[in-house]
Amino acid sequence: MSQAKLEFLDRSRAFWNPGKTQDWQDMGVDLVIDRREGYYLYDMDGRRLIDLHLNGGTYNLGHRNAELVEALRAGAERFDMGNHHFPALARTALAEALAACAPAPEMVYTAYGSGGGEAIDIALKTARHATQKRKIVSIVKAYHGHTGLAVKTGDDRFSKLFLSEDTQGEFIQVPFNDLNAMEDALRGRDVAAVIMETIPATYGFPMPKEGYLPAVKRLCERYDALYIADEVQTGLMRCGEIWACTKYGIEPDIMVTGKGIGGGMYPIACVLITERCGGWLKEDGFGHISTGGGAELGCIVAMKVLEMVQRPEVRTMVRNISDYMRAGLDQIMAEYPDFFIGIRQHGVVMGLEFNHEQGAKPVMKHLYDNGVWAIFSTLDPRVLQFKPGLLMTQAECEEVLRRVEIGVGLARDELMGARRRHG
Amino acid sequence: MEPQVRTLVDISGSPAALKGRADLVLERARWAAEIFQRYDRDLTMAIVDAVAAAAHGNAGRYAEWAVKETGFGVVEHKRHKNEMTAFPLVDFYRDEDFVNPRIDEARKMVEIPRPAGVIMALTPSTNPIATINYKILISLMTRNAIVISPHPAARECSVDAARALAQAAVEAGAPDGVIQIIEDPTIPLVEQFMGSPKTSLILATGGTAMVRSAYSSSSPAIGVGPGNAPVFVDSSADLSKAAKRIVESKSFDNSALCTNESVLITLAETDARLRQCFKQARAHVCDDDDVARLRRYLFHDRGFNIECIGRDAVWIAQECGIRVPDGTLILLAPVGQIGVEEPLSREKLCPVLAYHTVNSRRQAIAQARAVLRLAGAGHSAAVHTGDEQVAMQFAAAVEAYRVVVNAPCTQGAAGFQTALAPTFTIGTGFFGRSSVGENIGPQHLIQWTRLAYNSDASEPFGHYHGLSSGFSGPLPEAPADGVPGSNGYRTPSPSPRPSQDTLPGVTRDELRRMIAEELRAVLGK
Repeated sequence: MSQAKLEFLDRSRAFWNPGKTQDWQDMGVDLVIDRREGYYLYDMDGRRLIDLHLNGGTYNLGHRNAELVEALRAGAERFDMGNHHFPALARTALAEALAACAPAPEMVYTAYGSGGGEAIDIALKTARHATQKRKIVSIVKAYHGHTGLAVKTGDDRFSKLFLSEDTQGEFIQVPFNDLNAMEDALRGRDVAAVIMETIPATYGFPMPKEGYLPAVKRLCERYDALYIADEVQTGLMRCGEIWACTKYGIEPDIMVTGKGIGGGMYPIACVLITERCGGWLKEDGFGHISTGGGAELGCIVAMKVLEMVQRPEVRTMVRNISDYMRAGLDQIMAEYPDFFIGIRQHGVVMGLEFNHEQGAKPVMKHLYDNGVWAIFSTLDPRVLQFKPGLLMTQAECEEVLRRVEIGVGLARDELMGARRRHG
Repeated sequence: MEPQVRTLVDISGSPAALKGRADLVLERARWAAEIFQRYDRDLTMAIVDAVAAAAHGNAGRYAEWAVKETGFGVVEHKRHKNEMTAFPLVDFYRDEDFVNPRIDEARKMVEIPRPAGVIMALTPSTNPIATINYKILISLMTRNAIVISPHPAARECSVDAARALAQAAVEAGAPDGVIQIIEDPTIPLVEQFMGSPKTSLILATGGTAMVRSAYSSSSPAIGVGPGNAPVFVDSSADLSKAAKRIVESKSFDNSALCTNESVLITLAETDARLRQCFKQARAHVCDDDDVARLRRYLFHDRGFNIECIGRDAVWIAQECGIRVPDGTLILLAPVGQIGVEEPLSREKLCPVLAYHTVNSRRQAIAQARAVLRLAGAGHSAAVHTGDEQVAMQFAAAVEAYRVVVNAPCTQGAAGFQTALAPTFTIGTGFFGRSSVGENIGPQHLIQWTRLAYNSDASEPFGHYHGLSSGFSGPLPEAPADGVPGSNGYRTPSPSPRPSQDTLPGVTRDELRRMIAEELRAVLGK
């Protein structure tokens, strides 16, 4: 490590976040991202990494995608954040663009947050207003953000620290893929909404069993609860359609998109709301106020993101990347059958499962040493989040697979001892 | 109220947007090309045949559309060209194998075909559909992906035609994106495509500026220059047949093909008889006044009048105020000079044939060389003669890479009434500042990796016959876990893959079958 980086890390510990800065050093990942371009990150010491983390799809279209940079630049010639109180050209234009591609025809309104957490809070508040009920059901190990309401839907690791966990019995968590538990939670008809990531990301992408999500939606209808689809990580073409919930036949009442919608260039998050659920927007349109939410520059970038991800070429690319990566990973899995034991996949959303309770951490480290940046699942460290971008080239995918094969082998040897050679 | 998708900040003309769009199309093509290389010859040819059938089936419809959109040419002739670039083109190459390795025992070499990757194909307005058919089929034969940039004047019919062939290809099993077309081919956008490192080879057919631009793009290119074919009618020729063939050639699609005869050269001794033969073949022989009118009309102050391209002889005569009988097929324009002084000795792409008389065969050759020096070097020429010595001297002297003998040049040089390779891209070679001098065919879209053994007799050559070439076909579809009808969660095989070392004597097919059975057992299916 360079002297410059050592000194920088000291400053990072001193002025930014001592715990987080140190944790990465302890995990053997001494990354300080400097330059970034396409699917590449460059450490401040110059080392190149292929980015398979993409911050949950924030960089779907690559880092500093030139078209998005241009949209932001050109947008800044005319717009700034805008005045959040007034009807605004860009906010309405993005709302229309979202309505035109919404997963349900009745989704006419868009409310804006400045980030995913705020958008989740808006969604939960909207559901509470629409149903006049307070309870929210989410999945055990769910992750929807760190704001006031969102943090209560998730793992208590993030709420208890701040004495912000639910104490009123309003936030109920049920195991994923367990319909009986879901029905038990809803049976009392006192639940405002079920909030569901179409594929729980931070939990390592456990995949919904066939029929699970539509059954949850039917239970919501039966017990007068709303279905909120959290498409922050699964949306924007990552599963081969613009919103993954439609692949499972779901027409949600409320949907949240974030991260990738801002193209990694301008943070913005959006809540799509059906006419039926949007009562507060008429009763008191000032009910939720956000100075940064729906900033018009963000809207300009988001419209370009929506246009880009809906190009027919992107659909083909996603399919090719999914199929090609899967074929290559299947081969690697066959090389290390005692360690690399499973692949969870929907489109370019993938979780690689290892036969060790912390297995994804050494894989992450060895991939890092081999020029690939992919992160373990915080809430299930057996699983490595493996998330190629929508526009990856064949050469880049081939390069990733070459490095993954090496990294997985090294991690296996580290955890399980020198490999018995076969063949 | 219905939502409208509007553009508040339009960046579509910015370099970033143009490059972004080009990159996306080309990257989709690169993926398709990469997957296509997994295909074996049977599947490749099944796709080629399906696309040829679609091209054949659409021949008439797009012939009409092209004439309506561009104003160039004759529907019936375009239909013929569109058909010729379907089944006959494929049949011409049917027995050639551009997919499997070639084994050369004598030289101890194995040659493995390697597709170029992504072909960037520029297509002209004069032969839009035939060129599209042809470029797509030779790309598919060689397992290349192709991106077509149509001439803007023929954009609509080209886009529709290419889409139809793309659909036929994908339905026959080709990778998605193997055939794409640029729907709004503006010059800055096309330049982005041509200059991109994702383009493997540019196949440029069209005007000089476009071809030079292709060569300047820094991508490998096969560009072909314009034609301006001289035709020499020797005294030894059957004059009546020669006139009929030349009229047939010039009136075919109203000379919209660049292989059409541009300047006829004949000997003084045959002049009168040849003119008579032309009249009988429904050519109008212009007088001095007619020629002056033609010259003014075809080459006005601003240069060549593109209005005349592919128009019929009667229409052109009317535009110029020349009286001709109904049914006149071509206009014969006697000119006293060849060269810069006489614009009619340039390429005309319409059924107007400059007609020049010389005193000797030697002078005929000198004038033919002068025609090609003016324009059309490396392209085509024709000779009508009964004397092979004349044909030989003419062909050896003119700077053209194809000299058609006793046949219509339009069709003959393009390989449709001769044994030349059928093509819509005429290599103009070194004379025409191009890289290839042949009629362009599939062989130009691949290169070969050569395994070359030690030539020493003590080092034996390997047994390559029957060796698997590693064709694995289309990529298997990845599961979308939990989606009804998807393959579902796939569990790994519990044991390591057996290799040939551990199971001697087992063929790969048997291995595949064993692994499949093992998987089925694990999955309980």
